[in-house]
Amino acid sequence: MFNLNKKDLSLLIIVAVLTLFAPFILNPFPAGSAMAQFNAGYPDLMQRFVIFGIFAIGFNILFGLTGYLSFGHAAFLGVGSYAAVWMFKLLSMNVIPAILLAVIVSGLFSLLIGFVSLRRSGIYFSILTLAFAQMMFALAYSVLTPITGGETGLQLALNDPRILGVSQTAEGNIPVPGLFGLEMRDSADLVIGGWVFTFNVGYYFCALVLLASFYLAIRIFRSPFGMMLRAVKSNQQRMNYTGLNTRPYTLAAFVISGMYAGLAGGLMASMDPLAGAERMQWTASGEVVLMTILGGAGTLIGPVLGAGFIKYFENIFSKINDNVLHSWFSFLPDGLEDAVVFIIHPFIGKGWHLTLGILFMLVVIFLPGGLVEGGQRIRSWLKNRKTKDNGSASHETNPAE
Amino acid sequence: MDAIILQILNGLDKGSAYALIALGLTLIFGTLGVVNFAHGALFMIGAFCAVTLSRILTLSHTIIDETQKDFLGNPLKVEVPYVHDMFGQATGDAIIDWAVPLSVLFAIPIMILVGVVMERGLIKHFYKRPHADQILVTFGLAIVLQEVIKYFYGANPIPTPAPAAFKGSLDFGAMLGFDPNLIIYPYWRIIYFGFAAVIIGGVFAFLQFTTFGMVVRAGMADRETVGLLGINIDKRFTIMFGIAAAVAGLAGVMYTPINSPNYHMGMDFLVLSFVVVVVGGMGSLPGAVLAGFLLGVLESFASMREVIDIIPGINQIIIYLVAIIILLTRPRGLMGRKGVMED
Repeated sequence: MFNLNKKDLSLLIIVAVLTLFAPFILNPFPAGSAMAQFNAGYPDLMQRFVIFGIFAIGFNILFGLTGYLSFGHAAFLGVGSYAAVWMFKLLSMNVIPAILLAVIVSGLFSLLIGFVSLRRSGIYFSILTLAFAQMMFALAYSVLTPITGGETGLQLALNDPRILGVSQTAEGNIPVPGLFGLEMRDSADLVIGGWVFTFNVGYYFCALVLLASFYLAIRIFRSPFGMMLRAVKSNQQRMNYTGLNTRPYTLAAFVISGMYAGLAGGLMASMDPLAGAERMQWTASGEVVLMTILGGAGTLIGPVLGAGFIKYFENIFSKINDNVLHSWFSFLPDGLEDAVVFIIHPFIGKGWHLTLGILFMLVVIFLPGGLVEGGQRIRSWLKNRKTKDNGSASHETNPAE
Repeated sequence: MDAIILQILNGLDKGSAYALIALGLTLIFGTLGVVNFAHGALFMIGAFCAVTLSRILTLSHTIIDETQKDFLGNPLKVEVPYVHDMFGQATGDAIIDWAVPLSVLFAIPIMILVGVVMERGLIKHFYKRPHADQILVTFGLAIVLQEVIKYFYGANPIPTPAPAAFKGSLDFGAMLGFDPNLIIYPYWRIIYFGFAAVIIGGVFAFLQFTTFGMVVRAGMADRETVGLLGINIDKRFTIMFGIAAAVAGLAGVMYTPINSPNYHMGMDFLVLSFVVVVVGGMGSLPGAVLAGFLLGVLESFASMREVIDIIPGINQIIIYLVAIIILLTRPRGLMGRKGVMED
């Protein structure tokens, strides 16, 4: 099916099941119970999962396949957001043209920046992309305020033209983004027992886009083009010596990943129609690098996992506070309870970035392949144990560090 | 003419900071071949050494002063810093006033220690790994250090004033024969520039005129051969890492009166310093210093009213623009050696 081999197809099906049933999977605890704060099945967060998943998939096409580490990818996401919001302002509140324009504009930007930056490789490439992104950020923040809205960001207004739509609704409100009458913010609640599951139009739209982009990524990974990119990663010089110009391939990869970023930006603006310059800052570029590495660069499912992982824990860790900790550890004697809470305190709430940084360092040090490699190690470890139980005399060393 | 001189002067202090950070970065890259994204964090830690010392010096206890009365006639509670008890009132006040310059002494051992621990504990394991891994792990470390500082000192900038003696400004124009008050320049910035010049000169002299420096330079050129000669080059490179950390830290200490330290100042400077290093040429110490001052001065020229009127926004992007142009036309940077990171 879909021209995929069995393994890739099962991967696609796994991702499809995960995304389509996310409202169930992410809401394992009944509403109102003590654990309900670990539910992540509300629309806003689920949308962020898939949007950053798309962003990371795109980044992985560049970094995972070619090894070019771009430190300015958030710029394309920002450009995509601006393009989409402008489409909402000028044309209509339909998300399709907005997302199309977002992809096209970010594609053009990445073509330009990629053309220049790819003349260098290694750290020079990283610095060049970083320089371009910071330049765009600085300009969007200051001089380009008429286009970007500067510090306040680009927002919809009641007097926007919206040629194909309406400037304001009958009630005098700003119309909301939608897809041929389906409003992105509409949701339906399903109540089963104590559980409340929310199905949001915007989320499912994003999820379908994610599946499409994931499918495309699989095809790219398995294509001769993808093979060529991998060859660039392993030895570009040898490629050049065989008389092959690698630049068009790397540029194509750069533009594709830039367009993925633009797609993510367009979706972000479709879910919440505003765009700000801070989305382009280099910390945002760093975040997508973290996601890709944490999940596993160069693997298909890694970036999606990484994006979900980071966004989930960002949300959950930020919510835990000292009171929650005290209630968790209340079974300990008083002094010990306070001590434990005191030790954990810097890592939760506002300290989430500290946890993220430590986690990221541990992954880079011990698991360069990210979560995917971790999973593989555990699997092979289990397999080894099983064969040992069966009496085979294999003395393989324990691969888990 | 006076405007040009003023802009050059304005660029010098920022350029000094760039040059110092870039010098440390290049030292690390040239010796260990590691791209250190946590170098900005070292700059920030240096700045917070100054904050810490000034907090330690102003630690105080409360006494009841019978001579002063509040409006109800009760004796007033007065906070007395411990340094007053130790050195007497006048000397104590002077010490508190001079907290920032004193922090230089306080910061050197701390920064060298931080650098050595960082190199032995983490970076040592990354020599053989690709540059991308080094960037990533030091990037993670930078996040961690930044968040630790944020946890202890909060997210707001902490004003750390210069000693009262350096509060004013020097009328530089009058000295050159211009009208008074045309070119004025704060004393502290002059000090900062002089301090940077001393540090830079010191590092170069250390590398050029000592046996230790000679060995390090030899190791930078060919590490393996130096090792084969029976010299423990790893140990010396570790010490160089400590020195590079100290250079960044001292740049941070002295920068506190110019810009109140906050936890993300390191990141802000890091991005620019990397641009500086690349412009100067990876692995070239004079290149890093030259590019630092050059970009600092260029930046302040670009923020002149006349220039902004012609090209709006140029002051925000000039450094990146220069970096892009230099990287594309002269990939080795201004003074880079052949064969360094030219893959």
